[in-house]
Amino acid sequence: MELWFSEQHTPNVRLSLKVDKQLFSETTEFQRIDIFDSTEFGRLLVLDGRIMVTERDEFIYHEMITHVPMCVNPEVKRVLLVGGGDGGSARELLKYDTIEKIDLVEPDKTLVRACQKFIPQTAACLDNPRIDIFFADALKFIRRKSNEYDLIIVEYIDPFGSGEGLFTKEFYGNCFNALREGGIMVNQHENPFYSLDAAAMQRAHKRLASSFPTVRVYQIHIPTFPAGQWLFGFASKKFHPTNDVDFNRWKSLGLQTKYYNTKIHTGAFALPSYVIKSLQAAE
Amino acid sequence: MTQERAPILEALTRMKANRLVPFDVPGHKRGRGNRELVDFLGQQCLDVDVNSMKPLDNLCHPVSVIKDAEKLAAEAFGAAHSFLMIGGTTSAVQAMVLSTCKPGDKIILPRNVHRSAINALILCGATPVYVNPQVDERLGISLGMKVEEVIAAIKNNPDAKAVLVNNPTYYGICSDIATITKVAHEHGMKVLADEAHGTHFYFSKKLPPSAMSVGADMAAVSMHKSGGSLTQSSLLLTGKDINAGYVHQIINLTQSTSGSYLLMVSLDISRRNLALRGEEIFDKVIDLVEYARDEINYLGGWYAYGKELADGGAVYDFDVTKLSIFTRSVGLAGVEVYDILRDEYDIQLEFGDIANVLAYVSVGDRVKDIERLVSALADIKRIYRKDPSRLMKVEYIDPIVDAAPKEAFYADKVSLPIDETVGKTAAEFLMCYPPGIPILAPGERITKEILDYVHYAKRKGCQITGPEDMTIKRLQVMA
Repeated sequence: MELWFSEQHTPNVRLSLKVDKQLFSETTEFQRIDIFDSTEFGRLLVLDGRIMVTERDEFIYHEMITHVPMCVNPEVKRVLLVGGGDGGSARELLKYDTIEKIDLVEPDKTLVRACQKFIPQTAACLDNPRIDIFFADALKFIRRKSNEYDLIIVEYIDPFGSGEGLFTKEFYGNCFNALREGGIMVNQHENPFYSLDAAAMQRAHKRLASSFPTVRVYQIHIPTFPAGQWLFGFASKKFHPTNDVDFNRWKSLGLQTKYYNTKIHTGAFALPSYVIKSLQAAE
Repeated sequence: MTQERAPILEALTRMKANRLVPFDVPGHKRGRGNRELVDFLGQQCLDVDVNSMKPLDNLCHPVSVIKDAEKLAAEAFGAAHSFLMIGGTTSAVQAMVLSTCKPGDKIILPRNVHRSAINALILCGATPVYVNPQVDERLGISLGMKVEEVIAAIKNNPDAKAVLVNNPTYYGICSDIATITKVAHEHGMKVLADEAHGTHFYFSKKLPPSAMSVGADMAAVSMHKSGGSLTQSSLLLTGKDINAGYVHQIINLTQSTSGSYLLMVSLDISRRNLALRGEEIFDKVIDLVEYARDEINYLGGWYAYGKELADGGAVYDFDVTKLSIFTRSVGLAGVEVYDILRDEYDIQLEFGDIANVLAYVSVGDRVKDIERLVSALADIKRIYRKDPSRLMKVEYIDPIVDAAPKEAFYADKVSLPIDETVGKTAAEFLMCYPPGIPILAPGERITKEILDYVHYAKRKGCQITGPEDMTIKRLQVMA
């Protein structure tokens, strides 16, 4: 018997992974959650049919969404994670002893519990005392915060579905307000390749750029995401992501990473010409 | 017949199953003659865009399924009779006025009526007797009519034929329609209710009373607003002392003889939905709006007003499903907030006036959309906040009526540059749209105050409508 999970990347393109068995499936008021055991990529977390995490390649995403801003501003003490209920980003952030507290806002409790049970590789860290989990609507949560965080990481996907409220000017504006002086925000921006995703990327970039003085985009390569290419938006009140960064200070921390290093930090901000053009069109 | 039935829907479904060969209008023949329209609207829609025929009844003279649908609607709304209207609530308001007033008759009404009511006066030649709707000085909005002022108007004009009441206003303000009805009836006058914003009153115990429930004679009900039917569909309700046959003749004076079945079936389906599930639906809307109000007021600066406005007088009651937000304390005109929300945040509101915005909330809304609106208001306050003293305070401008609307509208006119019209009598309307309440109606004296207001509203970005000259540089006055 062969069992395959397929994700529809566009109406005409799909990615299929051979799976051994399904471990979990539940439809909550927010989304459908599935967890599979796959042959090549280990455990898979799938939300509404989209792969969010695989054990095999999640390090790329989670390292690059966290270490880039942490290297730019090593003074970060208070972090807000929006989404990210799988725990991968939290795991990376906990490597920094200087971070005092991480607030994780995730509306879907079932998602967090399922990850804790089935994907300990990312979610085992979630009972760390430095993490506070809030099961709440992110837009509402952030609205009531002012001048509280040094870093906000937004991992929501699906700008046309459950995450639609988080790809908006009001969300980014309220994030700006929740950040302290020197605050940084990193937002996952979808892929720039397929037209519908690229439109979402442009929209997110435009909205982010209208809310923060400094906005740059960087990219990663990750096998299981659509087009294998993924963008992040780096927005900050003060810091430039590559100029004047004290890379030696980060190196001196001696952190172990599999994808991130200071050279790729700089290199990730170098974008293909078509992506630059697409971003410029949005500005 | 029970409220589970939907006679027009059932008849259309039967007609579709019969696969009739159409040698009648409309000429698109179920869309076959207009593929682009089918691609855009969908085959299902074109399949039922049909003309009246024996199995489908005729809106001009209902004897079968339309008659049944009207009977069910009357029952659902507690009326003696109901009419399906396909010309918007405007046509229902006009039918009310034309059914009760003849040329030269007087009608008592608040000045903050919708233009459709004054248009009806132009059509029938009745003379308005205005009751000053009180104004909330802080919010700058017109309120309701105080009972004692209506009584005074009735006593001073015992020959008036009818009293028209907004139930509620666009902003959700209600007058004491029960007492007004009682007093009007004691003086032999009919009570007409403009319920363009009050469909939901019929289906919830938590909301102000509906016109029919307090014995009013006629009500124009915008089913397409809170009732969920298609735009331009509406209901006219009549009470037991109204001659339905005469009202029917009045409606037929101006109504299309090719009534749209899309509109009619949408009324039928929506009536069934409200009758069966209305209470539950509006409970949900009330909860959503109360939540939004609390969240917006928690932000500070903005004021989303509610039931606390009710004072037993000019605000006898308040419709809590209305999410009206006072913006001037943030230093922004309502229309400025309205534009910022659309242009910068992709959020479209119902309208913005000088000092308020109105967000229309219905059963179609979701909590996460409310979160977006509230968060956008938080962000706008942070980014755009200005000094409130730069904004003009709005006061009620008591109209000076020189001539009846019909007389002014049909009079010999001259067109003057707008700033040279002070002291003249207007021969056309001037209003901000929405909400579509006239600043000037035909027959009213033009004053400097009024022109100052118009210039200010224009500068803030309000859309001014009414005059023949669409650039609003000139205005027609009575010669």
